[in-house]
Amino acid sequence: MTTLNTLVAVCLGYVLFLFVVAFMAERSALRGNGRWLRSPVVYTLSLSIYCTAWTFYGAVGSAARTGFEYLTIYLGPSLVMIGWWWVLRKLVRIGRSQRITSVADLISSRYGKSNLLAIGVTILAVVGTTPYIALQLQSVTLSFQVFGTPAPAADALHDYTALWVAVGLAVFTVIFGTRNLDANERHHGVVMAIAVEAVVKLTALLAVGVFVVWGLSGGVTQTLARIDASPLGHWQMEGGRWAGITLLSAAAFLCLPRMFQVLVVESDDETHLRTASWAFPLYLMLMSLFVVPIAVVGLDLMPAGSNPDLFVLTVPLSQGQEGLALLSFLGGFSSATSMVIVAAIALSTMVSNHIVMPIWLRFTGGGASVSGDVRHVVLVSRRLSIAGVVGLGYVYYAVSGGGTALATIGLVSFAGLAQVLPAMLGGIFWRGATRVGAFAGLTAGFGIWLYTLFLPSFGSGMILPDALMQNGLFGLGWLRPYALFGIEGMDPVLHTLFWSMAFNLGAFFLASLVSFPSPLERLQGAQFVNIFQHSGAASSWSGGVVQSEDLMIMAQRILGAREAQALFAREAERQGHPGALPETSPDFLEALERELAGSVGAATAHAMVGQIVGGMSVSVEDLMAVADETAQMMEYSSRLEAQSAELSRTARQLREANAKLTRLSVQKDAFLSQISHELRTPMTSIRAFSEILRDGTALGPEDQAKYATIIQDEAIRLTRLLDDLLDLSVLENGQVSLNLRQGLLCDVLDRAEAAALAYTDGPRLQINRDRKAETLVLNTDLDRLSQVFINLISNADKYCDAAQPELDIRVVQTAESLVIDFIDNGSGVSVEARDVIFEKFARVSDGQAGGAGLGLAISRQIVTRLGGAITYLTGQKGAAFRVIVPQGMALAAQ
Amino acid sequence: MTAPAEDRPRRPSLFLERRTYRRRRLMDAARLLPLLGLLLWCIPLLWPSGPEGVTSSGALTYIFCVWLGLILVAFGLALRLRSEDVDKLPEARK
Repeated sequence: MTTLNTLVAVCLGYVLFLFVVAFMAERSALRGNGRWLRSPVVYTLSLSIYCTAWTFYGAVGSAARTGFEYLTIYLGPSLVMIGWWWVLRKLVRIGRSQRITSVADLISSRYGKSNLLAIGVTILAVVGTTPYIALQLQSVTLSFQVFGTPAPAADALHDYTALWVAVGLAVFTVIFGTRNLDANERHHGVVMAIAVEAVVKLTALLAVGVFVVWGLSGGVTQTLARIDASPLGHWQMEGGRWAGITLLSAAAFLCLPRMFQVLVVESDDETHLRTASWAFPLYLMLMSLFVVPIAVVGLDLMPAGSNPDLFVLTVPLSQGQEGLALLSFLGGFSSATSMVIVAAIALSTMVSNHIVMPIWLRFTGGGASVSGDVRHVVLVSRRLSIAGVVGLGYVYYAVSGGGTALATIGLVSFAGLAQVLPAMLGGIFWRGATRVGAFAGLTAGFGIWLYTLFLPSFGSGMILPDALMQNGLFGLGWLRPYALFGIEGMDPVLHTLFWSMAFNLGAFFLASLVSFPSPLERLQGAQFVNIFQHSGAASSWSGGVVQSEDLMIMAQRILGAREAQALFAREAERQGHPGALPETSPDFLEALERELAGSVGAATAHAMVGQIVGGMSVSVEDLMAVADETAQMMEYSSRLEAQSAELSRTARQLREANAKLTRLSVQKDAFLSQISHELRTPMTSIRAFSEILRDGTALGPEDQAKYATIIQDEAIRLTRLLDDLLDLSVLENGQVSLNLRQGLLCDVLDRAEAAALAYTDGPRLQINRDRKAETLVLNTDLDRLSQVFINLISNADKYCDAAQPELDIRVVQTAESLVIDFIDNGSGVSVEARDVIFEKFARVSDGQAGGAGLGLAISRQIVTRLGGAITYLTGQKGAAFRVIVPQGMALAAQ
Repeated sequence: MTAPAEDRPRRPSLFLERRTYRRRRLMDAARLLPLLGLLLWCIPLLWPSGPEGVTSSGALTYIFCVWLGLILVAFGLALRLRSEDVDKLPEARK
């Protein structure tokens, strides 16, 4: 007889072995040579946590009690795996591209990252999984008891075993489940340990099966005959349960937190699913192959009333096969421990991510901005959550006393978690599914499950009072937990499954149809439903060279061929294999992303690299950042455009000013030489003739008078020139005082005409005037105004180059001012000269020696003083000047 | 990304190449297989219950044979789909 001590020693040894396996796996994963850790076989074996102690022990028990029903638990998942192309492939792709960490995260993420939904699913998962963990503790305890000494010590042992198992599992899970905080939530050590345990439990069950079939029954044929002769001899199956539980187990396979963890979260490579699609059904088939023979033989051999759940252990024990029994015990132990470990990891991820962290962040406020800080907090909250989840399982076990048949709790748990299915499948296949719909469906389904299955499962009178069970809530008969709406006699599980799914689906669809999703929700919905259009092919993950090439092509497009090649060569050299393309290591990707970010902005670079490397789809934040950057760039460029337009305007103005200055400077030089010439010429003749007068004693009086006249004329000329200069200077300095008088415009023009043409030889210039229009009374400085007119008329006289020079003087009276135009029939002023004719010293032509170029400058100063303006009129045939005198100074003649 | 044809957008042609066509039909088969399994495993619902019905050994043999058949077909499909390198092609053009 195996003593309890041996058993404990074997258990400890086995756990130590698992520790070593997990540790080694972590080590080699860290060192990066863990390729074998990610083989499809390991993935397939890790899926075997579906087969818990419930299925290990309970399947035989179920077969002994109800025949073939146990098969349904395996048929559902087999169908799901074989149909991987429908759902699993999509789930895994979504899980990877959206970095999903749990089933709650999936639902929350699909429905617009709603934390409320995440909390709901988390609570559902915790409530649904706790009994399941209790179940595992119970099965381990029961199996201990099989080996243990009976009666007196049993009770104490009973309690302690469960407690120690719980503590041990919590420690193991904390060590390997929260060792590192990987963004992908992958736990190589744990997965490896589970794979080993999967092999152990399959071997154990197969060994017992082989022993029973060939050792006890004498071969396949005899076994089949023995089955037919047993109480299970004929096919007995309730149709509803057969179909219902098959579907239920299929749904649970997708929704159980631990299954989601290994199926989606721990999945390294989508292609593993292809292998698992046939390998996992094979595993399940082998697990269930010998269940009926063991049950039949157990029923045959064991005394009546013995627990059929433990036939796997008791049958070999009764035959003295202690080694086999020990192996079988280890198989059950493995099933229980692996389930608890993964369930605890999955639940702790949910609890910490969706409940603890939001609360912690709320209470600490903005203090969590330091990244290291948060990592530490997450780890602590994970560890506490693991301890909490396992502790909850133990409490449930201790409170419930572990009396119920194993299989019942399992189905209760399945039915609860299956409530997530509509929201999950609706979310990945139907874009119209909304957050409100998901929440409504989950709430309805969860509520009905709680009321009709979970709470009654504690036993009548435990939580729900007897009266309620008999007469319904508030005494309403149609609200009885096992007979909703008065439909009696249904199997409780099917009853719950039917009503909860009906209400879940109904609420989900109805609420989805009438509600309207938020933008983020719609975006996520589109990404989830069309995941294969959004993400890259899975094979691009493994093919490093292909990625490098793609990155190279992209980098060349953005950085330019030479720079990109230099960057890649540098990186390859740093990685230690110069001349080849660099591996797509995180360092290299970061460097590349930084380089690209310099050209296209951080968000865009991240999205581009991400698309090539990961098949990661662009997150909403990425898109928003891209949009922001683009908007900023557009704004910046439009600002630049405006600035550059302004600059070019200014430059044009500067160029014009410069040209004008240059012309003025040239004119000033010309004027200086002109004025010195003008001054020098009379001075020279004055000096010459005054010398003649002084020295010439022989001069006659006639000559003397002639010379004196010449001297006087020249002196007058000089004086006039100096007068002009002085006049201009006075006008410019604003020192002039106006002598306002009233007079007729025609008189002013008459005087000006007479004065201007006085010194010319005969009236060469013909002046055309309209005397009627000129009959206007002016109130202004008439002398100054006539000075302007004289200047304009004499200019026309001097510079008009027509054969028959004519000058038109037109007077127009407008509402505000009096406009007097002087238009001759010459060739006019050249375009480039028009700018400067009103400047001082400006002389249009050098050829004719007229004034010193001060006339128009003086005229402008005068008119400005008088409150009017003088401009050059363009568009006329000859030179045309327009004098505008304000109307206040012009009064119509009475 | 890896397919060079992706670089320039082009109109999807009406008919597919023979290889692509074959691959699509394989995927259809992969999709239909679980439905076939469900159908075959629902047949026991038609069996009469009780002593005059199907024997347990017969039932077990039938169910496990269907199981094994499904596994073999799934294995074949997985093998073919792998050699065709399905994932190298973007889903949109499948």
